[in-house]
Amino acid sequence: MDVAPTQSVSAGFDHSWAPGLTRVPYWVYHDPDVARAEQARIFQGPVWNYLCLEVEIPNHGDYRTTFVGSMPVVVVRGEAGLIHAFENRCAHRGALICLENEGTAAKDFHCVYHAWRYDLQGNLQSVAFRRGVNGEGGMPDDFEMAAIGPRKLRVATFCGLVFGTLSDATPPIEEFLGAIGPRIRRVLHKPVEVIGRFTQPLPNNWKLYIENVKDTYHASLLHLFFTTFRITRLTQGGGTTVSEDGGHHASATLAPTQAVDTAYRDAGIRSDDETVRLTDTSMLEVREEWDDPIRLQIVAVFPTLIVQQIHNCLAVRQVVPRGVDAMDLHWTYIGYADDSPEMRTLRLKQSNLVGPAGFVSMEDGCVGGFVQRGTDAAEEEAGVVMMGGSGFGTQSTRATETAIRGFWNVWRGLMGV
Amino acid sequence: MPYSDSLLRVAALNTAYAACIDGDRLEAWPDLFMERCLYKITTADNHRRGLAAGVVYADSRAMLHDRITALRQANIYERQRYRHIIGLPALLDGGEEAIAAETSFLVVRTMRDGRMDLFAAGVYLDRIARDSDGTLRFAERVVVCDSQRFDTLLAIPL
Repeated sequence: MDVAPTQSVSAGFDHSWAPGLTRVPYWVYHDPDVARAEQARIFQGPVWNYLCLEVEIPNHGDYRTTFVGSMPVVVVRGEAGLIHAFENRCAHRGALICLENEGTAAKDFHCVYHAWRYDLQGNLQSVAFRRGVNGEGGMPDDFEMAAIGPRKLRVATFCGLVFGTLSDATPPIEEFLGAIGPRIRRVLHKPVEVIGRFTQPLPNNWKLYIENVKDTYHASLLHLFFTTFRITRLTQGGGTTVSEDGGHHASATLAPTQAVDTAYRDAGIRSDDETVRLTDTSMLEVREEWDDPIRLQIVAVFPTLIVQQIHNCLAVRQVVPRGVDAMDLHWTYIGYADDSPEMRTLRLKQSNLVGPAGFVSMEDGCVGGFVQRGTDAAEEEAGVVMMGGSGFGTQSTRATETAIRGFWNVWRGLMGV
Repeated sequence: MPYSDSLLRVAALNTAYAACIDGDRLEAWPDLFMERCLYKITTADNHRRGLAAGVVYADSRAMLHDRITALRQANIYERQRYRHIIGLPALLDGGEEAIAAETSFLVVRTMRDGRMDLFAAGVYLDRIARDSDGTLRFAERVVVCDSQRFDTLLAIPL
């Protein structure tokens, strides 16, 4: 990934950040100028943004609307199976071209405002009353449809994930993903089906959620459910793989091996409450689906994609910023196309762990808001990110903030700060 | 059972249901379900497409008890409460053994700082049966929310 400072001067902000990654100044979550600059430098910069799953648009004319940062985007399956993506913005007056979340058998797209028509690649095809009416009005003779149109994205796919980029500088997808690619392939190695979609609006800057995902340190401290039922503890095996530039990471938790684990109790930490026991443990059954001991794997692709395997519960999460202090988290729950009915039921039960009502991820919905509110008057102060040192290398522990520092390394490079 | 009797009994069950949740007597809430049951919270969009996943998915009363245990002892969330407004049920043909009902609901959520939001609106799709002790209980309650958006978190059941 290219992390050289961007030369853009169109969207500036007035902040400095001392060298190093162990302090994160709170203006990054609060300044609208920063949020505006991120649109150009991060989301429209040299990155691959997750758009949708290939399986969601299997046939010619299938489409979905999605977002790249705050940019509305149409992603559509065109001729010969090719996938196209373009800004969902009419070239005329800027109205949304497509008003549906998804659809099938589209032959073209019409803007409802003045009936300008686009093909599946986002090319302007016709303009209503272009020649005017009764010889009067209409477009000038030198009007060229080919000269205008919504911005187009380059599209790449990887293991059924569809990505788009607006930058010519973005490297090929395999190169962009680097060491993280195989960790995605591990989960998405065969055809999947969507089994449910939910949106979780969160009251915080988008980066606070991404940091939460990259924060392998918090998981067994904040989330009592996991800890008590030994789904993950920092004393279980595992580690954090960070991509070379820091932007992506994969964290893994291995199946427990110890019979007795007293590390939390010895430390007197709240999150080890021995009295909590499940009466129906069917949700915690785990079917071995992989040739490795990894029980839980979270992969985050810079900037806004998370691929989750928690036991047999699989999901793709997409982060969409909604202004400086709000975001939407789009959950797409998936199973494999060849799941047995029993396997599918197990995934449905395990999905209680995640999502807006997830026994585990419920807290992740609110902690970002706690930071957003806690730092509301502290733009000149900074958070401390020192667990596991000052770098962002791969570490064989999850008691580290290495992946958070890696995120900021790439973010600072792209933002030029 | 005559239609008017069924209507009143289902309405009373819904009233008890709302009272358990809104009155913070969550421990009593699972007892309104059969031991083998289905309780699922999903969206109109997922329901229409036949997508099976829910934000909550329980197929036993024990799982509902576990959810309350987790809420009381494990999960961290800011203090909040619900107010259910539940409409009159529309009774459908549930066969000999059960009553099928569809009932609209609204839930207003009040946060600890007093902020109130219309948190959820939708329809309960129910199958209600007589348990071995003669009590009417939910064999199935699928909570179909009109919106796919669940603000911040869904801690307390709908």
